Amino acid sequence: MITAGIDFGARNVKVVILEDGKIAARGTALTGFDLKIAAKEASEMALKAAKLKLDEITHITETGIGQGSVEFAADSVSEVGANAKAGVKLLPSARTIIDVGAEEARAVKCNESGAMEDFVVNERCAAGAGAFVEAMSRALEVELEQMGPMSLKATEAVPMNAQCTVFAESEVVSLIHAQTPKANIACAIHDAIAERVISMVRRLGITEDVLLVGGLAYDVGFVDSMKRGLGVEVHVPEFPEYVSAYGAALIARERAKE
Amino acid sequence: MLIANYGYKDGSGEYFITLDTDKCDGCGKCVEVCPASVLEVIPNEFDIEDGNIMGVRDEHRHKLKYSCAPCKPTTGDIEPPCVTACLSQAITHFLSSAKGQVL
Amino acid sequence: MAKKEFWRWPEYRHTVEGIDPQNGKVISGGVDIGSVSSKTVIMVDGEVFAQSVMRTGSSSPDSAERTMNWALEDTGVTLKDIHYVVGTGYGRVNIPFAQKAITEIACHGRGASFMWGPSVRTVLDMGGQDCKAIRVDERGKVQNFLMNDKCAAGTGRGMEVFADLLSVPIQEVGDRSFAVKEEPQAVSSTCVVFAKSEAVGLLRSGWSKDEVLAAYCQAMAHRVVDLLNRVGVEKEFVITGGIAKNIGIVKRVEKELGIQALKPDQWRDDPRFDPMLAGAVGAALFAKVLYERSQG
Repeated sequence: MITAGIDFGARNVKVVILEDGKIAARGTALTGFDLKIAAKEASEMALKAAKLKLDEITHITETGIGQGSVEFAADSVSEVGANAKAGVKLLPSARTIIDVGAEEARAVKCNESGAMEDFVVNERCAAGAGAFVEAMSRALEVELEQMGPMSLKATEAVPMNAQCTVFAESEVVSLIHAQTPKANIACAIHDAIAERVISMVRRLGITEDVLLVGGLAYDVGFVDSMKRGLGVEVHVPEFPEYVSAYGAALIARERAKE
Repeated sequence: MLIANYGYKDGSGEYFITLDTDKCDGCGKCVEVCPASVLEVIPNEFDIEDGNIMGVRDEHRHKLKYSCAPCKPTTGDIEPPCVTACLSQAITHFLSSAKGQVL
Repeated sequence: MAKKEFWRWPEYRHTVEGIDPQNGKVISGGVDIGSVSSKTVIMVDGEVFAQSVMRTGSSSPDSAERTMNWALEDTGVTLKDIHYVVGTGYGRVNIPFAQKAITEIACHGRGASFMWGPSVRTVLDMGGQDCKAIRVDERGKVQNFLMNDKCAAGTGRGMEVFADLLSVPIQEVGDRSFAVKEEPQAVSSTCVVFAKSEAVGLLRSGWSKDEVLAAYCQAMAHRVVDLLNRVGVEKEFVITGGIAKNIGIVKRVEKELGIQALKPDQWRDDPRFDPMLAGAVGAALFAKVLYERSQG
C-alpha cells in the first residue's frame, strides 16, 4: 500500500511517500505565498523520485499550517500527533519529541506506541523559533548554515539578556562593537533560544529519550546548546525536518487500513 | 491600595503575576519558595512612607514567560509555590493562550 | 556608505525663561535612563527649569552624565548646586550622582499627574522598549499598573523597525498613516518579526507604504488598548513616552477607547510638556520631597 504525508511549514512544504510502510521518497518546496502551488511542487518532486503517479497513492494525510488547502488530501492530523507517531517509529525509546520549526516550536510527550499524552506549543513569537536564529545570523553577518559550526568553536560564554528578537538584534550589534568573537556570539544565540525552548518543554516534564526534530535540528550549535541545557542526551534523526510529514504518512497508512 | 501586574502579552498569549500590595506584608515567604528566584522583597517605592513589598526582580520582568514556565504544568490545576506560600493571598497568576483558553 | 537611519528623533535641550535658580530654595534633578533615550529634568522649587533629551549610549553612567551636563549647559547651575538627584528608568541603578533610584512606574505616574494636572487617572507610557499602563490617584500615586517589556510589539522600537523597513522618517509616520482613502485591516501578527514579513507581503500585493503604516499603527493601538483594559481606563487619560508624539497611534488609541487623551499636543508649543519627560519630571519631584525630608 502507498500512502503520503504532507506537512505545511511556515518556510517549506514537505512531502513523504511511504510504500508498504517504508519511505519511498521525499519532496520539498518553499511555502511562499501560495500553499497550493507549494504543495503541488513538493508532491511532484516526491512522486518523480518514487516513480509514482498521484492516483497510485491510497491515502494522503496533511499536517501543518495549511490544512484544508489541497483537494488531494483525505484528512489531517495535528503536528504534535504526527510527531509523536513518527518520533517513536524512528526511535522506539523516544518519549519527548521537541520540534523547532521556522515560526513555531512544540513539544509532545508520548507513550511507547506513539500516542500523544501531552503537548505544549509556542507560536506567534519569533524568539522561540528558527526565525530567531535567521534574524541573528543576519545581524551577525554569518551565513545561516555556518552558525552551527561556528557556535561549536566558542571559547567563552557570553550572556544575552534580550528575550525579544528585535531587542536581541541590537544586543548582537553591541556585542560585535565590543569586539566579542563571532563564535562566542553565535553560541550565546543558540544558548538563548535553547533556554526558551527548554523552559517550554519543562512544562511537560522531561522524559527520556529526547528526540529533536524540525528544521533547526540541522543546526549543530543549537543541538549542542539543547544538550547542555537539558543535561540529557538529545537524539536527532536523519532528515529532521521531514518528521512531521513522515508521521502524517504513517497515520495515513493506519487510516487507510481501517 | 496598589495592584502590580508583572508579565507580558505577546502573540502566543498572556501571562501576569498580580500582587495586591495592601495584602502583602513583605514577609518574603514567596521569595524563598520560588525555584527560579524571580521574586524579591523591595522597599515600597510607590509610597515612600510604606515598608517593604514583594516585587519581580528587574532581570526577570521581561522573561516571566520562560522563568515561570516550569511552575505552570500543561495539565492539572496546580497552584504555583509562591501562591501557596502566601498566607495573605496577595499573589495571583493569570495565564491564557492566544486561542483564548485560560490555562 | 552607512545605511541611512530613518528612526532617529531629534535630541534637544531647553532652559525655561524667567526662573532664577540662584533665588530657589530647592534645586532637584530627575534623570531617566531609558533603553533608547536618556532624559534629565532640573527643577527649581518644583518647577521645570532645564531639560535635555538624548539617545542612550552603551553605558548608563556615561549616558546619565551626558544628559545631565547638557541640561545644565549655560544655566549657571552645576551638578554640585543640585540638592538631590533621583534616577529612574531601566538604567536607574547605574547613575553615579543620583542619591536614590525609584522605579519608573512611580515616576511616570507622578510626572504625568504634575504635567497634565491632578485630574489624570490613567497613564499609558509607550517607551522605547516597554509599554506601561498606570492608574493613579489625584496625587499621582500609583493605584494599579501593568508593565509589558517582554517584546518590541507595542513599543517605540517596534515602530522604528517599521519606519526603517518602509524608509519613512519616524516623525512622518503619524501623518502618513492617515493619508489613506480608508482605514485598512490591522496587521494581524503581534510579533514584530512576523509583522515585518506580513508587511512585505502586503507591499508585494500592491499596498502603498501609507496603507501599511496605517495597518501597523492600528495593530499597535489594539495591542496597547488590550493592556490598558487590564488595569481599567478612567478619565482623564494621558499618553506619555516617545510614542505620544506619533498621532498615528494616539488618535487610533483614542478612537478605540472612545476617550480623548488629555492635551496631547501641548508639548509642541511648550517643551516643558514633552511627553517623553514624564519619568524625569516625576523623579525630580520625588527628589524635592526627599531633600526636604532629609532637612527635617
